[in-house]
Amino acid sequence: MFKILKRSAKGARVPHEKSTADMPTVRMPVPKNVVIPMSMHIGAPAEPVVKKGDQVFVGTLIGKAGGFVSANIHSSVSGTVVDVAPMRMVNGPVCQAVAIQCDGNQTVDPACVPPTVTDKDSLLAAIQACGLVGVGGAGFPTHVKLMAKVDTLLINAAECEPYLTTDAREMLECSDTILSGIQAVMKYCEIPNCIIGIERNKPACIDLMCSLTRDMKGVSVKPLPMRYPQGAEKTLVETCTGREVPQIGPSGKAGLPADCGCIVMNVTSVSTLGKYLKTGIPLVSKRVTVDGDAIAKPQNIEVPIGTLYRDVIEACGGIKPDVELGKIIFGGPMMGGASPSADFPVLKQNNGLLLFSRKAAQLPAAQPCIRCGRCISACPMGLEPVVIVENHNKKDTAALKSLCVDLCVACGSCTYVCPAKRPVSQAVTQAKAWYLSEMRKGGK
Amino acid sequence: MDQVLLVTASPHIRDDSSTRGLMGNVLKALVPCVVAAALIFGYEALISVVVTTLACVAFEYLYCLIMKKPNPVGDLSACVTGVILALNFPVGLPLWICVVGAFVSIVVVKQLFGGIGFNFANPALVGRIVLFLSFTARMTAYVYPDMAVDALASATPLADSVDKTTVSLVDLFLGLHGGMMGETCILAILLGLVYLLATGTIGFAIPGSIVGTVFVLSWIATGSLHAAVAEIMAGGLLFGAVFMATDYVTSPFTTKGKLMYGIFIGLVTFAIRYFGSMNEGMSFAILLGNLLVPWFNAWSHQIPLGYTKPKKKKAAKAAAKEGGNA
Repeated sequence: MFKILKRSAKGARVPHEKSTADMPTVRMPVPKNVVIPMSMHIGAPAEPVVKKGDQVFVGTLIGKAGGFVSANIHSSVSGTVVDVAPMRMVNGPVCQAVAIQCDGNQTVDPACVPPTVTDKDSLLAAIQACGLVGVGGAGFPTHVKLMAKVDTLLINAAECEPYLTTDAREMLECSDTILSGIQAVMKYCEIPNCIIGIERNKPACIDLMCSLTRDMKGVSVKPLPMRYPQGAEKTLVETCTGREVPQIGPSGKAGLPADCGCIVMNVTSVSTLGKYLKTGIPLVSKRVTVDGDAIAKPQNIEVPIGTLYRDVIEACGGIKPDVELGKIIFGGPMMGGASPSADFPVLKQNNGLLLFSRKAAQLPAAQPCIRCGRCISACPMGLEPVVIVENHNKKDTAALKSLCVDLCVACGSCTYVCPAKRPVSQAVTQAKAWYLSEMRKGGK
Repeated sequence: MDQVLLVTASPHIRDDSSTRGLMGNVLKALVPCVVAAALIFGYEALISVVVTTLACVAFEYLYCLIMKKPNPVGDLSACVTGVILALNFPVGLPLWICVVGAFVSIVVVKQLFGGIGFNFANPALVGRIVLFLSFTARMTAYVYPDMAVDALASATPLADSVDKTTVSLVDLFLGLHGGMMGETCILAILLGLVYLLATGTIGFAIPGSIVGTVFVLSWIATGSLHAAVAEIMAGGLLFGAVFMATDYVTSPFTTKGKLMYGIFIGLVTFAIRYFGSMNEGMSFAILLGNLLVPWFNAWSHQIPLGYTKPKKKKAAKAAAKEGGNA
């Protein structure tokens, strides 16, 4: 009861728009060519290990992890490497990318064999070899995350973003690999408990997972309230376990779920791990929800990683003829980015491709702030966006520090609920970036 | 697929709330009060409401025209100020005084400080207080309600001559007594409150804490439940708590802050009513509360998820000193 005095943290009541939830995944016809960037994860980019003219197969290693916090990259198609060159990624930075012309056969590399896993080290080595990253959106290398010693594994199947239904389809279509992935992680990393968190707007998934995990020791399913951002890591940890991820971890850096005894894995990530342990085929394809008011046939489609948005759109019937395309969003509408063109590839961590008409993409103009405090009651972290923005305008680092601006998760709830239609979340993100850069410059 | 695309930072969707929508909700919530005023005090009430509202909108429009600012009339905030201001007048107040009140509210309190979002106090409230201090006799000339035959003389039920332990609660609830136009009918105000709560326009924290504080204190002070109930139904307490203290711009952000603000207003209202020389304390209490909002905000920050308390400077200093001494 007294929690409301601590923080309101109501989140945003976003629309669900999950019209693709009942559509079985369609496999996309092999595109003519793919472009696979060497940076699809947090950390150092991978280094290309193929050159122009090389023959590659599905699962052939084409990029070797560029360090410990990095991930291997594999070819998603069989064909010939036509180019290895720098490209500008959709979010700005430039990195090396391997362009492959597909032969259409999708021959699997004979080197792909199921790994032998006997203990934690071999499991981590297998995950590293598989190039698994957090496919929910963050793209954090999984083997780094699993290093920590914790007591609870949280499986994030909240899928709180509107439109996206990839995780829901994963649960309905690949429940066996989800369970085998969970079992492997729990067994070898010695994690006694596992909680699968699913938002209540997916009753079919909750029922299925409940019935499948009934006999599994230590595994439970937790139906989660329908609010955005229920799937944000720290919010999920708090809802499922009651624990709070500390602002600052013991190392003095930003706190991680591991600092309060939890590891959070996306449900599709853990399922990909299960598939790899069974078949030896690394992370080379991705289910993507294609939706929005401009696409002819909204659907869940499994695409080889590196497929250009253009080919995915064509495979989904193209743009509706009477609609003018206004915006391409990779990811969900709350946290995904807007792409300047259709010529960017689908990455490991992409789970949505939304096509909005010009009308739907047009955002209302910002008006003066009326200080209603809705951003504050929405913020899942209990921050005070309007106050943070005021202090950023004053360039007051001390105030930003006491307001914990570094905790912002950029979920966009504050912008979503703002009645004056102000870009609050964007302004807070700027304030956070400015604050962190001041700190790096040797601030207090 | 090859046309120029919009590229903006996330999020890419917004809810359908708007400043205009919120102000419209407040206007709708005020409808029962306006109707009640017309029923109790006659058609003259409607004339005051219309004239004051039009004057507020006109002042807002003209000011922005002269100052070459974008025209903000569409956000309906001037309408809300106008209606609330008019409901704070006694019926039959000369119309030119209504216009003066509108000028003070919109031009002096709101626009000179930067327009919507920047006023330090509730415009309608300051308009009322300025008129009250400037035209005290006229602003306290409470007229008999048309329908009440023997009710409460010309004074408000807060006057010293009225015994609160015996006053008719039904008359108070229906508003059949002298007072400002919008304040008397508790039923209408409660209808408005229910609408505002149901649409999520305001929360319960501010009105609840104001009314609760006054209720508890008067119960303790008088020892009579009847008097305590009469206290919260008399005068401008409920109208102020629902429509004026909850003004977004001049109330605190967080739930904690809202409770502090509400309790403070309740305390001050109670103190003025019981110990001051005025019968009516609500408007000054809210004004005082408005002025303290920056402090309430500073005292009532939320505790973020996972907040780690920074090590206290004193402890650090003491440690350093110890090290130095040793």
